[in-house]
Amino acid sequence: MITGLYRAGNSRLHRAGAGRKLLALILGGTLLLAISSLPLAALGLLIALALYGLAGFGPRVLWTQLRPIVFVLAVLFLAQLWLATPAEAVLVVLRFAALVLAAGLVTLTTRTSDLVAAIERGLSPLSRFGLDVAKVSLAISLAIRFIPAIGQIAGEVREAQLARGRRPSPLTLVVPVIVRLLKMADEITDAIDARS
Amino acid sequence: MSTRDIVLVALFAALMAALGAFPPLMIPAIAVPITAQSMGPMLAGGILGAKRGALSMLLFVALVGVGLPLLSGGRGGLGVFAGPTAGFIFGWIAAAAVTGFLVERFWRGLNFVTAFLAATVGGIVVLYGIGIPWISFVGGVPLATAAAGSAAFIPGDLIKAGLAAAAIVMVKRAYPMIRPAHGRP
Amino acid sequence: MAGPDGRAVISCTGVRLDRGERTVLSDLDLTLSERRIGVIGANGSGKSSFARLLNGLLLPSRGNVTVDGLDTRKDAKGVRRKVGFLFQNPDNQIVYPTVGEDLAFGLKGRKLPKAEIAARVEATLQRFSLDGFGDRLVHELSGGERQMVALAGVMILDPDWLVLDEPTTLLDRRNTRRIMAAIEALDQNVILVTHDLRLLESFDRVVVFEAGRVIADAAPAEAIPAYLRLVE
Repeated sequence: MITGLYRAGNSRLHRAGAGRKLLALILGGTLLLAISSLPLAALGLLIALALYGLAGFGPRVLWTQLRPIVFVLAVLFLAQLWLATPAEAVLVVLRFAALVLAAGLVTLTTRTSDLVAAIERGLSPLSRFGLDVAKVSLAISLAIRFIPAIGQIAGEVREAQLARGRRPSPLTLVVPVIVRLLKMADEITDAIDARS
Repeated sequence: MSTRDIVLVALFAALMAALGAFPPLMIPAIAVPITAQSMGPMLAGGILGAKRGALSMLLFVALVGVGLPLLSGGRGGLGVFAGPTAGFIFGWIAAAAVTGFLVERFWRGLNFVTAFLAATVGGIVVLYGIGIPWISFVGGVPLATAAAGSAAFIPGDLIKAGLAAAAIVMVKRAYPMIRPAHGRP
Repeated sequence: MAGPDGRAVISCTGVRLDRGERTVLSDLDLTLSERRIGVIGANGSGKSSFARLLNGLLLPSRGNVTVDGLDTRKDAKGVRRKVGFLFQNPDNQIVYPTVGEDLAFGLKGRKLPKAEIAARVEATLQRFSLDGFGDRLVHELSGGERQMVALAGVMILDPDWLVLDEPTTLLDRRNTRRIMAAIEALDQNVILVTHDLRLLESFDRVVVFEAGRVIADAAPAEAIPAYLRLVE
């Protein structure tokens, strides 16, 4: 099924608690966005790079984090260069590189299950306002459980349509899959209620 | 929230992930990849209604946040939220809510036109209404620049709104999920 | 553990079940206390609805269903603790991504301490020949293994009754035998809804449904031929 983006390791960052890493990320990110300072942004990027080293990740891992935003960053850089000053343009790029790297680092060094547990802990104070944390974690588990199942259903629907001699279009694929999901939902509901 | 609501919310979050696994379609005329995933919020809102639809998108965004590579192209993790285009991801929650709200309004006489209107307003107007100012704010560029950079995706999104509208109407006939409230259509 | 007279008993009195305009079951008066009870009938005869009445997934439109004295309408939660339910398709029954997590699902709802949950999960894995499956991903298992996981997920809650709704329909002969062997070994009272008449030969009692009514209710040697005369 889906493997998370976590990369196993035994660095101090890997061992640090998920909640603390998230908190540090939120504080650092807010600081970086709140203060428009070129030296601070550069320092932020340096810290992020140093932390990758500490976690034992090389340039290739760094690049996989940055690759998805390179195009958008280039466009932003050019827009800033044209509309504002070169300093502003550099600031935007440094900021985003630092932020994306730092956030990615939390993902790389924290297991999905630990992050889910941190979310549940973070939500538990809200139970006073009627939020049922057990239901939230049930929803998370169910979604993870059924992602591969939906791929399988889509495959079956596709085969059935091919067997009847028509090439499935997005629409003839998506509608039967959804109708099957809705029917499945009733049975899953019964099964959960039967066991609780 | 009944058990059934939770199951539906989870199944549509999973459906959103499955849509992300579809290979993107390249349309040569506009040179922009069309991914199936942004159909998800329109489908979730239009089929489950505003509340469950929006919650399913919230759940999906949370799954991305905890490090599952569920966005098209296998992206995921917190880094995605820190990028300049994160507004287009958080915007899915509002997109599903508005599409769902409108489909609930149009429910009794729902047809392709009204469903398309709901999907377009929710899945395009609202989504870009969040995504574009987000780029402008965090990227420090004027709104017009951010809008110009995003405009290339609109034709593809209109096609998806059409597909989603057709699917919403067909699913309503086969298995209606939004039931009219007491005395109201 | 049992009814007022010390026996485990499920009784249906004057039960009728409507779904929308349609009457699915009517005139149902049954007292079930045998250890192995089979339920057969054609598609649409009402046998699956009957199974769902027994643990309160469906409530009767008229009349009462009681399990060891508990009314399904008044105490659905208590009834579900007594009556475990296995569905036809394990894919829709298994809730969690890994086998171990799924077995723990029902126990977590009962607020048991973590160590006890882990111990019971381990013991149940052993009991259903699933040793070492705790961390396996559910979607990577075969259909037979998944049905065994679904069965284990029900039995870990230690119900007094087990209702099974066509649990072997999706399985091949070998997996059917494995599941049936696991069911045979249970101490609990079993109510098995099935199309596979061979499975019922050793049962204590067989109830035959047709068009929402019981048309035969006897030992297998008598009830199964009555059903065959009906369908052939």
